[in-house]
Amino acid sequence: MTASPENADRAVPRVELRALDTLWFQVGGTVCNLACTHCFISCSPTNHTHDFMTLAQVERYLAEAAALGVREYYFTGGEPFLNPEMEAILEAALRVGPASVLTNGLPLDPRRCARLAALAAASPYSLDLRVSLDGWDAGTNDPIRGTGTFERILEGVRNLHAAGLDPVVTVTEVCREAGSEEGKARFFALLRDLGIEKPRLKVLPVFQIGAEAERGGAYESWQRLREGDAPETGWDHLQCSGCRMATGQGVWVCPILVNEPAGKMGETLADTLAPFPLAHPACWTCHVYGVSCRT
Amino acid sequence: MANRVPRDPTEQERQAQAKLMAHRGMATWGESVVPLGRFRDAVARAGRALPEAERAAAIAAYTAPLDDPTPVEGPFSRIAVCGGIYSNHHALAALLEDAARRGAEAVYCLGDLGGFGPAPEKVWPLLEAGGVRSLQGNYEESLASGREDCNCGYTDPRDNHFAELSYRYTERSCSPTFKAWMGTLPKRRRVRVGTRELLLVHGSPRRVNEFLFASTSPLPFLEALAARHRCDALLCTHTGLHWHRRLPSGREVVNVGAIGRPANDGRTEVWYALVSASAGAGLDVQLLPLRYDHQALAAEMRAERLPEEFVETVLSGWWTTCLEILPARERAASKF
Repeated sequence: MTASPENADRAVPRVELRALDTLWFQVGGTVCNLACTHCFISCSPTNHTHDFMTLAQVERYLAEAAALGVREYYFTGGEPFLNPEMEAILEAALRVGPASVLTNGLPLDPRRCARLAALAAASPYSLDLRVSLDGWDAGTNDPIRGTGTFERILEGVRNLHAAGLDPVVTVTEVCREAGSEEGKARFFALLRDLGIEKPRLKVLPVFQIGAEAERGGAYESWQRLREGDAPETGWDHLQCSGCRMATGQGVWVCPILVNEPAGKMGETLADTLAPFPLAHPACWTCHVYGVSCRT
Repeated sequence: MANRVPRDPTEQERQAQAKLMAHRGMATWGESVVPLGRFRDAVARAGRALPEAERAAAIAAYTAPLDDPTPVEGPFSRIAVCGGIYSNHHALAALLEDAARRGAEAVYCLGDLGGFGPAPEKVWPLLEAGGVRSLQGNYEESLASGREDCNCGYTDPRDNHFAELSYRYTERSCSPTFKAWMGTLPKRRRVRVGTRELLLVHGSPRRVNEFLFASTSPLPFLEALAARHRCDALLCTHTGLHWHRRLPSGREVVNVGAIGRPANDGRTEVWYALVSASAGAGLDVQLLPLRYDHQALAAEMRAERLPEEFVETVLSGWWTTCLEILPARERAASKF
């Protein structure tokens, strides 16, 4: 660990945009039917810090992205499927590239899953669903995601599987053992019990901002990146060297900083083809834990 | 239905309810909750909105073609291009015969000579005798530089287990001279076929181990990649799965697949590409299935005590390992 209070006088490093490969959409805004205790942007049914994006907004960015040669599209929120235009948005995205949707799994009833499977079949590109789960039983998951959610998430996963769309299950390290081999094995076993023969799992560290700052504590002052902290290979391992995040209020550097006005880089993608200062403590987490929000 | 007696919410339920309603008219700004208007005002002032001319300049700088001093080989009227030999000397011998029969003037290999199959050094004399012009794949890079692993980038423990087994086997079965020779191979080549210029790479022009799968390589992305790296056709391998796209601009992108193991389609044949100058100044790209003595390969693999999972792939045409890297669409078409 290289950052420390002693190096606070060193300058904030800047990350170059290596290539805009991944374009995220804050398509569900910060509106969610859940209010998870570890949510780094504190999403809830009443949080309109960001609103739903419209199909027209998304299409404008998709056109700009195609001209820049963007490789893949990710949709998150809030809960993307609360957005009434979400399926039309997904259809538009799948016309120009592969898409992934990050969902809490609750809106995945059999009918929606069948429609998603039809969208996937109609595109030459891959559609991936990522379902969040924070424990291998109700006792571990529900205190984080809400009473009764464990069973409902599993129901969504079952429905996806039945429609032929095996999801990637995302767990955070709020579930302390999630990153260990034993922890992963428990999640794999849970998914195999649902009939998923080749389960996929993504484990993410927590970002100590938003609701998580209240739950687990905020960042300490030494958790900052400084000039000289970069490995020999530079900052290319950071996802912000290859992504941007489109919202209804402009384009941000990455999916993590959408509730920080300082994370906004511009109005169009062209405005954001520039270096970004790694000034936020969350940048420290990305560096130290090697985080990428993509699958 | 029995009548329910209404009860007062518990403290926990009250807190949960309060959390759901906490943001009415408020915004979350980092760790704080502020009036929504304050956040929106700050956002409206944040970032930059470039004038149109500067936006165009930013895009032009971002998409500007890159210089590449790689010399151009050829011209040829027809070449054969393969990838991923994975120590399959039986398939390499079959390829040299097939390519000659079809009139290929040169044979190119896009790298990954070793791994998976038996006795990796057996491909060397075949490559030399056939005058095969090879690239360095991630396997050659790793072996020549003494890396501990093949740099395939797997995270699944099972995939890593098998990748490690095959890398260790290849590592100890290759002589230092063979490894040193691998280190002398170029990382990219440019070849003229007819009037068109082809760029040959292992993974992508950007990274030796970037995967270009059909379902995750959209047309606009390929168009930008080929334009930035100045080529009429881009040929790659690394995924083990062959595909070909003609882009709206007329450029071609071809993943030549692999001749080292089957294409996860239930067939025992392997695949390579034949690229010819077409009558109308363009290119004619054919992806061709190649039969070889896969039973002999399987027998040799067993004699070398390579994992039965690998042998099964050779005999069945279905991949049994390294499946983690497959995107959703390719994975859905997979048996395992």
